Amino acid sequence: MKTLSRIYVGLIIFFLYAPVLVMIAFSFNESSSVWVFSGFSTKWYTGLLTDTTMLTALEHTLIIAVLSAVIATVIGTAAAVGILALRNKIAQKLVMSVTQIPMMNADIVTGISLMLLFIFFGKLLGLNESLGFFTVLIAHITFNLPYVILSVMPKLKQTDSRLREAALDLGCTPVQAFFKVILPSISTGIATGFIMAFTLSLDDFVISYFTCGHYQTLPIIIYNMTKKSVTPDTYALSTIIFVVIFVLLIFYNILQNKSEKSSKKGFGK
Amino acid sequence: MKKLSAFAVIFVILLSLVFSGCGYEYAELNLRAEYARDLEGTTLTVYNWGEYISDGSDGMLDVNREFEKLTGIKVNYLTFESNETMYSQVKNGGVNYDIIIPSDYMIQRLLNEEMLAKIDTSKLSNYDLIDEQYKNVYFDPNNEYTVPYNVGMVGIIYNSSVIKDIEHSWKVLWDKKYKDMALNFNNPRDAFMTAQMILGFDLNSANKSDWDKAAELLKEGKPNLQAYVMDEVYGKMETGEAAIAPYYAGDYLTMAETNPDLKFFYPQEGTNIFIDSVCILKNAQNYDAALMYINFLLEPDIATANAEYIGYASPNTAVIDNENYYYYGNEILYPKKENMPKVQYYHDIDDEIRSYYETLWIDVKLD
Amino acid sequence: MKNKSFGSRLIAAPYIVWSVIFIVVPLIIMFYFALTNESGVFTLANLASIGKYKKAFGISVLYAAISTLITLLLAYPMAYFMTKLKVSSQRMLMMIVMIPMWMNFLIRTYSWITLLANTGIINTFLGKLGLGPYKLMYTPGAVILGMVYDFIPYMILPIYSVLSKLDKSLLEAAEDLGSNGFTKFKRVILPLSKPGIISGVTMVFVPSVSTFYISQKLGGNKTMLIGDVIEYFFNLGPTYYNVASAISLVLMVMILICLFVMNRFSDDDDGGVII
Repeated sequence: MKTLSRIYVGLIIFFLYAPVLVMIAFSFNESSSVWVFSGFSTKWYTGLLTDTTMLTALEHTLIIAVLSAVIATVIGTAAAVGILALRNKIAQKLVMSVTQIPMMNADIVTGISLMLLFIFFGKLLGLNESLGFFTVLIAHITFNLPYVILSVMPKLKQTDSRLREAALDLGCTPVQAFFKVILPSISTGIATGFIMAFTLSLDDFVISYFTCGHYQTLPIIIYNMTKKSVTPDTYALSTIIFVVIFVLLIFYNILQNKSEKSSKKGFGK
Repeated sequence: MKKLSAFAVIFVILLSLVFSGCGYEYAELNLRAEYARDLEGTTLTVYNWGEYISDGSDGMLDVNREFEKLTGIKVNYLTFESNETMYSQVKNGGVNYDIIIPSDYMIQRLLNEEMLAKIDTSKLSNYDLIDEQYKNVYFDPNNEYTVPYNVGMVGIIYNSSVIKDIEHSWKVLWDKKYKDMALNFNNPRDAFMTAQMILGFDLNSANKSDWDKAAELLKEGKPNLQAYVMDEVYGKMETGEAAIAPYYAGDYLTMAETNPDLKFFYPQEGTNIFIDSVCILKNAQNYDAALMYINFLLEPDIATANAEYIGYASPNTAVIDNENYYYYGNEILYPKKENMPKVQYYHDIDDEIRSYYETLWIDVKLD
Repeated sequence: MKNKSFGSRLIAAPYIVWSVIFIVVPLIIMFYFALTNESGVFTLANLASIGKYKKAFGISVLYAAISTLITLLLAYPMAYFMTKLKVSSQRMLMMIVMIPMWMNFLIRTYSWITLLANTGIINTFLGKLGLGPYKLMYTPGAVILGMVYDFIPYMILPIYSVLSKLDKSLLEAAEDLGSNGFTKFKRVILPLSKPGIISGVTMVFVPSVSTFYISQKLGGNKTMLIGDVIEYFFNLGPTYYNVASAISLVLMVMILICLFVMNRFSDDDDGGVII
């Protein structure tokens, strides 16, 4: 049974990684094909450095991902605190239901509805151009917010409300009480929310497709490329991103395991 | 919080990638016209077909960079994959473009909707290079709005290592012998054309039943096809994944460079001819820079580089008559009069018929 | 005290304003588009025309349902076996499952073409064994495979997180009461993992039913899912925004109904469910 389950886990992992391996292999292809392997070359990696379209798109992607994740984390954390403080339970339920809409809705519906809004406002304000940097940013913040709120809220619920009261009794202002007592106890929730927001923003294609205008992010460029023939340079860029993330996460994981082991030993003594 | 610092590290690594140097070397150009630098620092937005300009890859000329270096104007270059996508983007008002390069029938539609600005060709010192046969065309009889960029015809590409003997007809796409080996266009206008040619219809028919019959024929042929594709046709034909595909002649020449087994013919029933022309939009933000850019595209050196990169027929006499031009006298691009296939242009069709066939296309797909 | 709590309620204000402008208003605008024609006059013609696309709706729901089921069948044992491992290996496996999600999903989907094509890796390999070539690309199977592949992590993770929190003492109690492996699974583990299954099913079904990329690349554009129809209309220009909005609206309602039906199976109402 045990070996059987190991084989099963192995097969699923193979399934998950087969296309990734294909991608890595073909990023080293000599020819420009992603079908026929004709020889080893690193030219696509060096070529990347001069591909301004792709590098600009990467820059756009990172800017949007960082900004939208930061802004969504700030607004979302504040929102989680505020929503829990609502005494009107119906209002609370209503706000939570609206929050879930972007998560439940298909991306294509969210994307189109936002696009219609931006164009509508653009026309209203007589703008020459209504889609661009700000509209993608707003769109990303919008779909990031629910994930932040839903990561922070459970942690807030677990936080003992008496802690805050104690802090207030000891002379803290409410703001101080928030930063000194509540914030540390919900920090893991905030971090999870931020990472989810960052990841979602990095990978989003559908919503950006409808809202980005000239401000094209990497997934949009990749989409345009897969409309023609993909060349190994796209694979090379994805491989770099993949390897960086892979190494960092594995490294982080090992560190975490080590620190846990040593703290357990400490308790043993 | 450790995760956060990990992400900061990724961010820094990737950003350092972004700002590392670039390696394109500028070419020495012989220019006919003078280019002032009085618009330095402004931006020009150009919206063109994908793979439709010499972009500096494989050591070729990078047209946009050369223009930027010459004039100091920044070129914001974006691409589309069909006339309809271009139209949709231009029309919805979400984004702004100065220059667009649509095909004939779409230009007619944009003119009907009064979206194009006039181009005073007397201000284009290189306009005299345009071949007379591409002036006064049906969509711009007085040469007021457009400057021709490329000319092309549709034909059939096949892989001669798989198919030895082939009938020169659109019917081959329906031939059971080639089941799962054939491709067709993934855009309604061109796909309908293949059926309309077999049926002997006018490509611009105002008769709904003509479109119905063509749709029926397309449905009949669907099980025979491997897929409907646009530019993906490159990879499929070059690797031998598919063996027959209708596509634009110029693209065939590019594919044949990679796979010499690929052959090409114009079907006997006739085919579509098109002209893609440069236009300036009425709401262009940088009209003067746009004129300068168009004149630059007409420069013999630039037009030749583009013609060699794109592989389509050029309307520019400085290219056609240049003996050093790679496709000089090419029989496929510039057929002699006696070999010229029967051709029809697409025209803009009235709204009702247009939306009729655009919806019929979904029926074909869902059949 | 009243003032203070007023203060903490007030910090939700930016979010509430945000969600009204960017969640509620866009949906209202979409409603407006769906119920008007191009010149802004009220009409039901857009909604009435949706009957023409019922086949696209049908195929989308069918493909999404099949791929969600396959994903569930593949993911459940995976999540279950993961919980049997050492805690440190569990965490490592979690990472390994999550990492492909960091790859761009367009690239992940596209790589399958290299594997499945007639001249692709699988057929070349089979050819060496004297088999094939089989037609793998541009089939409904390829589209479903793409959906399963792209969204399987969204199924594994929630099921795993529920299973890993199962109270061990419950399982022991079941064993003490004489349950064998299968009844223990059916009576105890499965019911307790329902919330994970439900959120996994939601997270796989919604993107599958509305996708337009997977069907285009792996299906060879030979059919249209509802997402493809919406995207097609969108790319034809503003004339079609009304129809596209109407289809989107129906898609949205359809998804909400599916989620509603699914939520009926769950008694878990933690965190405010819409329906």
